[in-house]
Amino acid sequence: MSWFIKFITSSLGQKLVMSLTGLFLILFLLVHLLGNMQLFRDDDGYAFNAYTKFMTHNPLIEAVAILLYIFILLHSIQGVALWLQNRRSRGPQAYAVKVTKTTGTNSFASKNMASLGILIFVFLAIHMGDFWWKMKNGTAPVVQYEGEEYQDLYTIVVASFQVDWIVILYLVAMVGLFFHLLHGFQSAFQTLGINHKKYTPAIKFLGWVYAILVPLLFAAMPIYVYFFK
Amino acid sequence: MKLTLKIWRQKDAKSKGGFETYTVEASTHMSFLEMLDVLNESLIREKKEPVAFEHDCREGICGACSLVINGQPHGPWAKTTTCQLHMRQYKDGDTIVVEPYRAVAFPVLKDLVVDRSSFERIIQAGGFISVNTGQPQDANSIPIDLDTASKAFDAASCIGCGACVAACPNSSAMLFTSAKVAHLNMLPQGKVEAQQRVLNMVKQMDLEGFGRCSNITACEAECPKGISIENIARMNREYWAASLGSEKIA
Ligand code: HEM
Ligand code: SF4
Ligand code: FES
Repeated sequence: MSWFIKFITSSLGQKLVMSLTGLFLILFLLVHLLGNMQLFRDDDGYAFNAYTKFMTHNPLIEAVAILLYIFILLHSIQGVALWLQNRRSRGPQAYAVKVTKTTGTNSFASKNMASLGILIFVFLAIHMGDFWWKMKNGTAPVVQYEGEEYQDLYTIVVASFQVDWIVILYLVAMVGLFFHLLHGFQSAFQTLGINHKKYTPAIKFLGWVYAILVPLLFAAMPIYVYFFK
Repeated sequence: MKLTLKIWRQKDAKSKGGFETYTVEASTHMSFLEMLDVLNESLIREKKEPVAFEHDCREGICGACSLVINGQPHGPWAKTTTCQLHMRQYKDGDTIVVEPYRAVAFPVLKDLVVDRSSFERIIQAGGFISVNTGQPQDANSIPIDLDTASKAFDAASCIGCGACVAACPNSSAMLFTSAKVAHLNMLPQGKVEAQQRVLNMVKQMDLEGFGRCSNITACEAECPKGISIENIARMNREYWAASLGSEKIA
């Protein structure tokens, strides 16, 4: 195993960890988004709560969820470690004049991946504490639809999204996620070694579409609830 | 034209440096380095220590002229070295800030001169091919297609100046190292040692304390030879393929 440890802790190995965990998180966000779209249904939360019940009672999904928690932690810890390493490599003396021209998609995003990531992490902690923890703990209220019992996450979500600061936190976090993805999506492919005249323009385009659409639809949820529920 | 120069002065590697301000009378026909020569001549006349800066070919091929000019390695012109930058870029009354490269792996030796021997050690780790000496082979006896030869040549045009490291907010040496790996690994002569080359050069790059690439692309924007980050992608995939695929356990 020593060769594997050496590989995965080398500069390029560490980047591979970022890329693979990042791509997994991108895939997860898409699934998470599609599921949560049930929130927009006008059925007093039946579809949403049924979806939640399915997600929390399927062993395969439980297993993938554990992988997800590990990957979030791995991505975050590795990301912060890279950021610290890079600050050390730069040294204590900063340039008196700073320009940093780039040829990439968005230099604000690429230069601030760690800060954006930490913002997302703080959001995730609050987000999971608010919803996931209450589900796991069984402190969520219970509703009945046609005689069957469901944990009523819907009511918790609707209550949360009436609170001003929570809505603002969600919106700020989604702006952060937009920038993180705008750079991250295409960067992950470059890190994997995929930079190709035929495919890279398509990857970059897809990155724009994903980075705009996913945070926008997530942001629409608290806005919808705040104004219409 | 009269220019104000703010130049980083530092006695030696151990001293603390700082900016000094000078005025210099330059003509639009001078190169940037000739303008610094004029400054140094006047400093020598005043019995002051001239500004130390590196230069050799003064025609954009050696990579010695390592300066950060108003925040940009090799100054504001795209795909040009400091020695190819001409004073017609500037106008009377301009202030120009000149700093050395900033990276832990490129320590300042004196004024604007940094120690780039970390690049030499990366080259020593794998930037070569092993061939028997003796009669040169007929070049046409080694088959290679034109596209690959052109790509390898593009990568080979890296002059090892270090501007990529200086421009990178992470002080990463990925563009340089990947240009050298790509150049040799694409050619038939380099294929023999391709896996060991990428493993050894990346290992040395890490040992020297360069940062980790975040794909910011500042290197590509500032490289005087227009080296593409496609080379970095190539090094990434060759590295993980070599790490996972080679039979060597060490
Ligand atoms: C759901 C949320 C997230 C997604 C989808 C995501 C996705 C990505 C992707 C795809 C990359 C590009 C990887 C590469 O360049 O190879 C990346 C980079 C990065 N992420 Fe995340 N990320 C998320 C959350 C976080 C969190 C919580 C943190 C940490 C606190 C973080 C910190 C970073 C850092 C520092 C980088 C830059 C690494 C580098 O290029 O040096 N991310 N992210
Ligand atoms: S890649 Fe470009 S900037 Fe970096 S050392 Fe080579 S020529 Fe200089
Ligand atoms: S002095 Fe040789 S490249 Fe500038």
